Amino acid sequence: MGTLQVPPIPEKPGVLFPEIASAEDKFRACVQCGVCSGSCPMGKAMDFPPRKAVKMLLEGRFDEVVKSNTPWLCVSCHTCAARCPSQLQISDGLFPALRAAVMASGKPMDPDLQKALQNTYLYGNPMGEPPRKRADWTKTAGVPVPIMAQLRRPVDVLWIVECYPSYQPRGQAISRHLARILHALKIDFAILGPEERCLGDCEWLAGEHGLFETLIERNIETLRKYRFREIITTDPHAYRPLRNVYPSMGGSFVVKPVVQFLAERFGQVKNLLKSKLDAIVTYHDSCCLGRKTGHYEEPRMLLRALPGVKLVEMIQNRESSLCCGGGGSTVYLDRFIQERVKDRLADQRVEQAAATKAEILAVACPFEPSRFEDAVKITGHEGKLLVRDIIEMLAASMELA
Amino acid sequence: MNIVVLTKQVPDLVEGLEIDPSGKALDVASLRYILSESDDHALEQALLIKEKVGGRVEVFALNQGEARESLIMALAKGADRAVLVDAGLDSPLANHAAAQIFATLLRGGPFDLILTGVRAIDDLDGSVGGLVAGLLDLPYLGLIRKVEIGGDGKTAIAEKEYPGSYAAELEVRLPAVLGIQSAEQPPRYVPISRLRQVMKTATVEEVSVSPPSQQLLGVARLFKPEEGAGAVMIPGDAKEAARQIASLLFERRLLR
Repeated sequence: MGTLQVPPIPEKPGVLFPEIASAEDKFRACVQCGVCSGSCPMGKAMDFPPRKAVKMLLEGRFDEVVKSNTPWLCVSCHTCAARCPSQLQISDGLFPALRAAVMASGKPMDPDLQKALQNTYLYGNPMGEPPRKRADWTKTAGVPVPIMAQLRRPVDVLWIVECYPSYQPRGQAISRHLARILHALKIDFAILGPEERCLGDCEWLAGEHGLFETLIERNIETLRKYRFREIITTDPHAYRPLRNVYPSMGGSFVVKPVVQFLAERFGQVKNLLKSKLDAIVTYHDSCCLGRKTGHYEEPRMLLRALPGVKLVEMIQNRESSLCCGGGGSTVYLDRFIQERVKDRLADQRVEQAAATKAEILAVACPFEPSRFEDAVKITGHEGKLLVRDIIEMLAASMELA
Repeated sequence: MNIVVLTKQVPDLVEGLEIDPSGKALDVASLRYILSESDDHALEQALLIKEKVGGRVEVFALNQGEARESLIMALAKGADRAVLVDAGLDSPLANHAAAQIFATLLRGGPFDLILTGVRAIDDLDGSVGGLVAGLLDLPYLGLIRKVEIGGDGKTAIAEKEYPGSYAAELEVRLPAVLGIQSAEQPPRYVPISRLRQVMKTATVEEVSVSPPSQQLLGVARLFKPEEGAGAVMIPGDAKEAARQIASLLFERRLLR
């Protein structure tokens, strides 16, 4: 099966909203080639797809774009920016700027997004869950999960758990699996527990820069209280801002996605794998772990190490992977988008996975199990295609599940 | 149009509530406060009226919990004046006292409209609006969900919903006090960058008032409802539980 591949243009780490300060000037470099609109998985549903939006911005017709459906349909998949010959930050620069403009205009916001942003400001998580219960998932982990504030000593590894993996039942289950894996690997680790707050990726891309800055300040203050060698996280939406934005705000930390951390201990991990999984598996490159930060091989390396796993690729993989449709705050805009777009990205992606004859769709982003499991039901593949986080598969083979 | 909004803080339910060892109050140490939801709607309604007919919005808040933050948020949303009222009231049962304090501060005006949330979750009493109206000798309407100001600015049409699925538009002469159930639109969102800007520049006025001395009401006992007997918990996974429920329903002849 052929694959479509385009060389990636990585983000430059350490720049906070460079495009917003001078959006218009930067976008004068646009050659209007239309690669962005042609590559955009949501372009056909937008009143003004990216190329046209840029053109209008340069023509002084910014207002029309702000009022259209365009700002809220971008899923921040970064395909446009990765392919842009002028290296313009479209999904992470232009779109947050458009969204910030909508917010500043005082136009009523989508109620689901508004609630998520308000919750994040008040409670540090978009679901409005109690901050004090952020570490409640650890109670049934079966292994100790120390909390920094109680531990009172430096640790090797600080695990940033993030919101979905702290509160959402499926996310919690994956967190418990990882706790057991870290324990089995004899890693000296701890979490922040109730002190942890959302890292702010979705809020940033929603155009809520003030909220993002507030979260960054608070998180850096918390992180600076403790001593640790490196940060790991299962959430690419935490990894990416920690790697690319926090340094410019005074928070430079060694941070790794958990797939990289485990790949670095490949021998040890491999020794712990016992059960055969006997399954054809395909892997979904999430946008934050793939196009935005270039971690294509570690997840595949871990999957290939699983006994009995045959890894197959979807037609869109690696740099050209298709977004699950939940990035850049659109995870809170499902209702808004569903009213405007018939062909959901998660459904399209699951169809691609099913076309490979895979029995398991492996993922490594906490948004995806629920998004793709819904899509599996909607597209009629229930019972034929399972959605599993790589961590769940490793824990199953290690007989830690 | 001068619009006054009266607000208070209520316990935030997100963290869960605990009763303190006295058994008569909530455990304050574990408590976090937020602006009463219907007061938030009263503020939104006031801002919508201001945007339509012009004027000023002044917000008063009893000093408790996060009252100062709520006032700054009100300024960021578009209120013109914020007043923190320090009266040492710490009981949700002090509505008579709260109304007296508000009436004393407001007596002499100038205002055309006083809006307040129709009722707060910490007392489910809904008396402040009516009591303020009584003390100032003004008309009062409660459970309002929409307000239109008349062309001459001397009357308002207030809409409320009744049981049995009908609604009424009630005409009221101004000045008046309205207890707001919900605003015409959900309370607006303020970008945090705007809030942070306002935080640096805004002034919140403070007034100290000694509370009326007599405490008219007291809590005898605060408790969580006792769990009822007779409930049967059905364990097992969804499929197994559903099978058991179905067979129970057949057994009791509720399904055939």
